[in-house]
Amino acid sequence: MREIPASAITDTVAALCVKACTDLPEDVRERIRDCRQAETWPTAQDILDVIIENYETNGTIPLCQDTGMACVFLEVGQEVHITGGGLYDAVHAGVAKGYTDGLLRKSVVGDPLERVNTGDNTPAVIYTDIVPGDKLTITVAPKGFGSENMSRVAMLKPADGVEGVKKFVLETVEAAGPNACPPMTIGVGIGGTFDKAALLAKKALLRDMDRHNPNPYYAALETELLDAVNALGIGPQGLGGRTTALSLAIETMATHIAGLPCAVNINCHSARHAKEVL
Amino acid sequence: MAVSVQLPMTKEEAARLRAGDSVLLTGTIYTARDAAHKRIYEMMHAGEPLPFDLDGASIYYVGPSPAQAGMPVGSAGPTTSSRCDKYTPEMLDAGLRVMVGKGRRSDAVKEAVVRNGAVYMASTGGAGAMLARCIKEAEVIAFPDLGTEAVRKLTVENFPAVVILDTVGGDYYETARKAYLSSVIK
Repeated sequence: MREIPASAITDTVAALCVKACTDLPEDVRERIRDCRQAETWPTAQDILDVIIENYETNGTIPLCQDTGMACVFLEVGQEVHITGGGLYDAVHAGVAKGYTDGLLRKSVVGDPLERVNTGDNTPAVIYTDIVPGDKLTITVAPKGFGSENMSRVAMLKPADGVEGVKKFVLETVEAAGPNACPPMTIGVGIGGTFDKAALLAKKALLRDMDRHNPNPYYAALETELLDAVNALGIGPQGLGGRTTALSLAIETMATHIAGLPCAVNINCHSARHAKEVL
Repeated sequence: MAVSVQLPMTKEEAARLRAGDSVLLTGTIYTARDAAHKRIYEMMHAGEPLPFDLDGASIYYVGPSPAQAGMPVGSAGPTTSSRCDKYTPEMLDAGLRVMVGKGRRSDAVKEAVVRNGAVYMASTGGAGAMLARCIKEAEVIAFPDLGTEAVRKLTVENFPAVVILDTVGGDYYETARKAYLSSVIK
């Protein structure tokens, strides 16, 4: 058994919240630069230049004022023993500390209908996977709601097949249009159950942009769908152009004989996530 | 070339602007998003005095992040405007002239924009750190309990935006995309 103190988890989560909101990962930066190179429409070029300047000239201010709801993904090695407090309490405390000390925006209301701000951006949305080993991997992905609001789940029929998936992805991006701060990043979850498809789509957003699905069929489908999305002409901020999306990642799992769940999780160009292994 | 525009904007100036015009806004603009809109709407219906006079006013749909030392606000880019569409037509009828946000508006808002000679503009979503540099002063004037959603009186200087909906029914989201697509489909 390897012991990890809860306080170390709190400090790590706090630091990851601030890092994610103020500094864009290198794979995202590189993809934005590549898209700027390939873009032909002048308005789109100008907007991509603004987006590049926004992250290149930034200091410690959040890149976007919507510093999101903190989605925290934990991979807990089964040989890890957490001491001095509960794991989830430590995560929530880290979110409160990061968002308060880091001057990030508090965007969470405690009850969805009463809608009173909790004041420290808690609670976080936490997902836990138990894995072999004695490490604890923490990924913080603050999720803005301009794009989250444009995400959708469909319970397609098996007969809809891959054509049904493509149609649903394109319809979702079309409906999102300028609202989701394009260029978007797109996570697609296929299979599982109603809820699992949505989680797969969210996890797809965490994948490095230079990596495809390991299955060649789905890797090819990612390329095909990204090209189809970028043929829609929505463009950066919805003002026309090739760069409607920076990336499209697909995650899949087994499903029921009667179903073909499909989820599309839309993220903006501020595709923020930060990871640390304890 | 961007046109410099003073806020509050006169009706004549609003009428001169066209969908697709790039503008640099200087002057006073009030922040209001979801929760503040709900309260303003309820106050209008209750006949209560509003936090600011809507007649000729400008609204920026934004919830800034907290200010760092020496800054009036933190990051401050636009939020999705359409979540306020339920309240907007009546506010336009009460004189609201300029709205700055991002994303599509409802048909009811588009009609109210033309009916009242107002304009709707978009700024770059996600570029909140840069846009904050154009905000010189910020003062909470209503609903401090709402935190980031409180109404703030902002003084902006050369704040960049593009006209999306103009006073004659132009919609730049429609025309810009069509123009791009016709440029690539030969």
